[in-house]
Amino acid sequence: MKKIIKYVFIDILRSKIVIGFTIFLLILSLSIFNLEDNSSKGLLSLLNIILIIVPLVSILFSAIYVYNSSEFLELLVSQPLKRKSIWLSLYVGLAGAMALSFFVGAGIPILMYESTPTGYIMIIIGVLLSVIFVSIAMLAAVLTRDKAKGIGVVMLLWLYFSLLFDGLILFILFEFADYPLEKPMVFLSALNPIDLGRIMILLKMDVSALMGYTGAVFKDFFGTSTGFAIAMVVMFAWAAIPLWISVKKFKHKDL
Amino acid sequence: MIVADKLVKKFGKLTALNNVSLTCNAGECIALIGPNGSGKTTLIKSVLGMVVSDKGTITFNGKNILKNWQYRNKIGYMPQIGRYPDNMTIGQVINMMKDIRGRKKENLDEELIKNWGLDKLMDKRMRTLSGGTRQKVSAVLAFLFNPDVLILDEPTAGLDPLSSEILKDKIVKEKANNKLIIITSHILSELDDLVTQVIFMQEGKLMFHKSIEELRQNTGHEKLSKVIASLMSNN
Amino acid sequence: MIKTLVFCFCVLLCFTNVSAKNIFVGTGKQFKTINEALKIAEDGDSIIVSAGIYKEGNIEITKKITLAGINYPILDGQKKFEIISVRSPYVTISGFKLINSGVSSIVDVAGIKIYNTYKVVIKNNILLETFFGIYLQNSSKCEITGNSLKATTKIEQNNGNGIHCWKSDSLLITNNKIEGHRDGMYFEFTTNTKVVNNISEKNLRYGLHFMFSHNNRYITNIFKSNGAGVAVMYSHHVTMTANKFLENWGDGAYGLLLKEITDSHVDNNLFLKNTIAIYMEGATRIVMQSNVFKFNGWAMKIMASCMDVTVNKNNFLSNTFDVGTNGSVSLNDFKNNYWDKYEGYDINKDGIGDVPYRPVSLFATIIENNPPAMILFRSFMSTLLDKTEKVIPTLTPENLKDDYPLMKPLKL
Repeated sequence: MKKIIKYVFIDILRSKIVIGFTIFLLILSLSIFNLEDNSSKGLLSLLNIILIIVPLVSILFSAIYVYNSSEFLELLVSQPLKRKSIWLSLYVGLAGAMALSFFVGAGIPILMYESTPTGYIMIIIGVLLSVIFVSIAMLAAVLTRDKAKGIGVVMLLWLYFSLLFDGLILFILFEFADYPLEKPMVFLSALNPIDLGRIMILLKMDVSALMGYTGAVFKDFFGTSTGFAIAMVVMFAWAAIPLWISVKKFKHKDL
Repeated sequence: MIVADKLVKKFGKLTALNNVSLTCNAGECIALIGPNGSGKTTLIKSVLGMVVSDKGTITFNGKNILKNWQYRNKIGYMPQIGRYPDNMTIGQVINMMKDIRGRKKENLDEELIKNWGLDKLMDKRMRTLSGGTRQKVSAVLAFLFNPDVLILDEPTAGLDPLSSEILKDKIVKEKANNKLIIITSHILSELDDLVTQVIFMQEGKLMFHKSIEELRQNTGHEKLSKVIASLMSNN
Repeated sequence: MIKTLVFCFCVLLCFTNVSAKNIFVGTGKQFKTINEALKIAEDGDSIIVSAGIYKEGNIEITKKITLAGINYPILDGQKKFEIISVRSPYVTISGFKLINSGVSSIVDVAGIKIYNTYKVVIKNNILLETFFGIYLQNSSKCEITGNSLKATTKIEQNNGNGIHCWKSDSLLITNNKIEGHRDGMYFEFTTNTKVVNNISEKNLRYGLHFMFSHNNRYITNIFKSNGAGVAVMYSHHVTMTANKFLENWGDGAYGLLLKEITDSHVDNNLFLKNTIAIYMEGATRIVMQSNVFKFNGWAMKIMASCMDVTVNKNNFLSNTFDVGTNGSVSLNDFKNNYWDKYEGYDINKDGIGDVPYRPVSLFATIIENNPPAMILFRSFMSTLLDKTEKVIPTLTPENLKDDYPLMKPLKL
């Protein structure tokens, strides 16, 4: 398995897109921290990158990479290798590359300029979102044979997680405004890794505001170490479950 | 060596394999022939585990190949259209395969590399190669690890006559080493001196599986192309 | 013999009438207890108490005396008594450590209670575990200074206020430190009072709480981590200058709650890390100037019932929301503030932004109407909504804006 990971990793680096993305992140985060006079405003701008750009690049690049390496996969499958190892190696290679790219591009500037709990949680969430969206992309790619259709599907998924889901939540909030929705909201937020990640960051970034009435519910839940642990487990599940399903599907896929 | 039992494979409405059973043994050289879309490649891919059949079983040396992968150590496969990562050079592809198979030095058959002069092209990237050179790379990889079974899907398509001869010589040589060789080809004349048995497929069905001598006797023709033509007209 | 006696009597007479005497209390001293000393003390005398533990029940002072402790003698109320009751003017009490006053739900038992008098000075005492700490009832021109009060009871009914002033006037309350009481400082019907340099923290309810207390000034006090911050109500002509309101977190916790306050000044204060730094309801003619709002949930919530509130030359830095409001009309004036969220430009380089700043974001309004929507805060969705609202204001009050926002923070 190590060998396949090595070749996947080398191949990803050779495609230059990941290196380009790393440099893009690096320039962006450095300029954000240097241009803003207070670094907490810089963190805010970075938050948008983490919540929007990182998932987008992660899901899109991974899906395209999986489609483009169908030949490579075919070659590997005809070799004496377990399909499971092939697929997991592909995942580890992709997720590793994306997480590393985020860490180098955004994580290191954050550590340099904003070495605070808010900064740390942002790095953790950024890395987690990177690996989660690689996993979702691989599931979408294994389920959809056609490349164009597959890329369309992942774009829709990204749009759903970053915008449509929140629109739905807002709709529910106003439609059922007369009911106590705080606790269901905690549950609903677990259905979207981007939302969950965002709330984890909010708990550090806007702790003053979150101590208000509704905020206190979120704070009481996610702010405790149990809540934090649960949130982390859910985030890991968001990476593990799509990956696990995609392994099942790949085992029986005709190449 | 390879036994297939009542294989069924459907792609949507299309039935690619319809109740196919066959037995192949060491030392045989089998020609798998049939019109386009008759299920030859699907059968080969099923044997290789690249396509998972809906019904039926395949055993390799008595072991079911389902959920088994080690058996592929004993197979060299040359695909119809060899596709490799575009960014890698020929040398890198070959080294990667050696690395993945965990066989760096010992017991490697690099005869074809030498005979085709591929050693001078090792630094060329896969994306820059012609179809013929790509075929050569596929063939090299199939023979490289001295496998017991060679599965060659349209091996000579795209090769110039000289290269084609080199490959045929190699196949003959390996046949003499008591290996099982399965070849599909449209160009029947090429198979004349090679094959010992013929499998004929049509619309996913295995029409017959007979030795070449038997066929020649039955039809009275010497050339394989004539044999097949007479059989088809009889049908 | 008679001569001598007469001489002695004369000398005694001279001492008592002409100059005050010092009476010493303590082990091996003239008196063993303060109450014995008080019996013979006369106006103008000083009772000097040595270190030790005194369990005397209630000490009632009805003469114009000075009661001074040396090395903090302990007056123990044994959880039963009001420790000192002052019923005379011109009394000074200093240097004592008062512990364990009685607790009652019927009368307000205090460590030191001052009844209907004037010119009393309470100075440099330590009060631990008293029900009420220092209690002034209908008194005037008193000075409470340098005292340290601490209570640890967590049940609100068993915990009184630190410094409690009722119906009093012209007090001076300085340099006290109050911790863990119900309200740190409480004023009701108390006027013309100066409250300077006190520290009020970790009190169960409010750090400072006043009602119907007019013409008071609060200067350089620190209010930190109180259960509900600071709440001031129904008063006019209040001045609050250079105070610090820190880390008042929680639902219904305010750095400063202004309810029905009129004609007042809030200037040069620092509001740091409060859930809501200032909450205003029915506030009229308030001038807010040169304050710093930093790291608060809301820097300001200004309800539609407020009028003529002037907010100018303040710094708004790193607050989650700058201003929240409930109505669509605003009758208040925002001017020349520095808002770190301002994204306008300054072409003529006069230091004032050329486009107005709207401190009420759409999302703040949404949360005001629907608090659970907080869960969507800082999402792509909320950012989009806010950006749209900035271009075409629909839900946020049209005239709540700063037409002259500063480009650079003020030096405060």
